[in-house]
Amino acid sequence: MHELSIAESVVRIASRQADGRRVMKVQMKIGYLRQVVPSALSFGFGLLAEGTPVEGAELEMEQIPAVGKCRLCGVESLLVDFPLQCGGCGSFDLEILEGEELMVESLELEEA
Amino acid sequence: MHRTAVKKVVLENVLDANDTLARVNRDMFDSAETYTINMMSSPGAGKTALLERTLERLRKQLRLGVLEGDVQTTLDADRLARFHIPLVQVNTDPGFGGECHLDANMVRSGLGELPLEDIDILIIENVGNLVCPAEFRVGEDVRVMVYSITEGEEKPLKYPLMFRSADLVLVNKVDLLEHLDFDLEQFLGNLDAVNPGVKTVLTSARTGQGVDEWCDWLGQRLENV
Repeated sequence: MHELSIAESVVRIASRQADGRRVMKVQMKIGYLRQVVPSALSFGFGLLAEGTPVEGAELEMEQIPAVGKCRLCGVESLLVDFPLQCGGCGSFDLEILEGEELMVESLELEEA
Repeated sequence: MHRTAVKKVVLENVLDANDTLARVNRDMFDSAETYTINMMSSPGAGKTALLERTLERLRKQLRLGVLEGDVQTTLDADRLARFHIPLVQVNTDPGFGGECHLDANMVRSGLGELPLEDIDILIIENVGNLVCPAEFRVGEDVRVMVYSITEGEEKPLKYPLMFRSADLVLVNKVDLLEHLDFDLEQFLGNLDAVNPGVKTVLTSARTGQGVDEWCDWLGQRLENV
């Protein structure tokens, strides 16, 4: 359950970025290729936020679909399933453009 | 009281702190000229047994060291003690009831007890887990995954993260092939689907099959550093 470590890091980032205010919402972007279980992350987040400026905050997770650009034909494809494959020519030689995000995008802070 | 919110854009990667520490570890390994392997697998895939065969094969030619990661106990470290090599056990238990992986900071906490200058190859045996260790870089040069054929053919498709990140997959317990319904070709096809072209070696820690090939692969990587 690496979600607990991830939640710990999210709470730490949000607490540091809170500028002494209460955090009401944390917005995250999570790529499709990350094996993150949202319910486990939410659970860990709620637990670890206790006693911090993040306590009681809502965790919003936006899942980012995987997109790859083919190194052979240059076509960009939405990657839904393994094998990750170019929708244009069928090649497996892809540069992953999106889908590996694991990021705290923004916070909603209580107005001072 | 009516509360209004103000939005603050952060754009911070969650694993930044870990990746920064991993780079610190890597700098230590590089300056000591220690080649570092992050060995990962499910629990019971045979990491420690393969490690024993590897140490038997290589310890006369190379100076090896091991960092053992486990949630609890020193059982694995005890098994390796007979080799009289630099060995440190990191238990992840002091975290939240025992982390399921090693992260860069946990590895760093064990490095103080290892004489890196006297180690050519450091093998980090990660906590047995098929998902979590893959997310956390620890400063390794290479990722080696041990997969046992008793785990079935479909795991690369179900748990692609670790299979995707491996530089080499040791397909272990192949001495059991004749006793199982395991379809090796299907497994290798699934593996290739998530990690095209990844190198594999068929091994058996029990019979010693493939240990030479794996050690040769390691020797080549070391020469090309």
